[in-house]
Amino acid sequence: MDRQMAVTLSFRQGVADCVPTLLGYLSIGFAAGVIEATAGMSLLEIGLLSLFLYAGSAQFITAGMVMAGAPVASIVVTVFFVNLRHLLMSAAIAPKFAAYSPLRNLLIGAQLTDETFGVAAGKLTGGERHADRWMFGLNVTAHANWIAANLLGALLGGWIADPERYGLHYALPAMFIGLAAMIVLQRKQYKRDLLVIACAVGGFALAFIWLPGYMAVMAAAVLAAIVGAVTER
Amino acid sequence: MSVSREFLWMLIGTAVVTFIPRTLPLVLISRLKLPGYVMKFLKHVPLAVMTALVAQAVLTEGEAWISPDNLEWAAFIPTLAVALLTRSLLLTVVTGVVCTALLAWLPL
Repeated sequence: MDRQMAVTLSFRQGVADCVPTLLGYLSIGFAAGVIEATAGMSLLEIGLLSLFLYAGSAQFITAGMVMAGAPVASIVVTVFFVNLRHLLMSAAIAPKFAAYSPLRNLLIGAQLTDETFGVAAGKLTGGERHADRWMFGLNVTAHANWIAANLLGALLGGWIADPERYGLHYALPAMFIGLAAMIVLQRKQYKRDLLVIACAVGGFALAFIWLPGYMAVMAAAVLAAIVGAVTER
Repeated sequence: MSVSREFLWMLIGTAVVTFIPRTLPLVLISRLKLPGYVMKFLKHVPLAVMTALVAQAVLTEGEAWISPDNLEWAAFIPTLAVALLTRSLLLTVVTGVVCTALLAWLPL
């Protein structure tokens, strides 16, 4: 990349770029907090889970399995498979952080989620300066929002009846729709991107016949990315 | 305000098995020079993952296909339209939430 063309990013810019994702994780985190409290976790335990596990669907599943009295080992194995898609996402953004130290990469990866990944994949081209600071701004904001949302759900969950009526649960899918659209508009390779989209949707629908949702997502994503790669000269 | 021993083991276990796939590729790949076909594959992962997550959200509820009486799938159309026309993530999220709330409120 041209030296003068290099964009300089900042921690503050990362915080600002996180704002559109806040509502989605606030509503999902709130719901997770409600279920975790129902499963008998204390406020401190919910805080620790949001701090160290920090994963939406995995926390829902953990709470459900705790409630069902599942043994610790089976919860850990399930969470491993549910969160295995991070392997793909971490690999996909790794080339953009090749210039930074392993410790920085470790810290960047520790807070990687579906949405911080989506925002980073749509924003970073690899030539920016201080992309690490930007990523920390994005990650720390998303993580703080997630912890707050879980605690709020645990504290206030009993008072809000039927949250489905407010449509807030759709904030997360809407964000994924928006992030996918941004990637397509930015790359301007409409033919190949439409093929990738078709394979991801078709692959998911096919895989979901046999596999649980989280596995079907991973299988569909791998298939679609392979098709994208082999159709490229 | 307490942490049970069993919870602590569960916390450590789930955190570790989540931390490793999150960090390992970032730490390793940034050190290596990857072959061209791997880079091509990785280039398509973001769109592939996002689309698969959208498919899961729109087509399923829990671990089942969405029921035909659930009109929530219709919110997908205005949400995508706003995303493409405005290129604003915030407007996209607001549109999705408002349309879903309307679908739940309207006596359809």
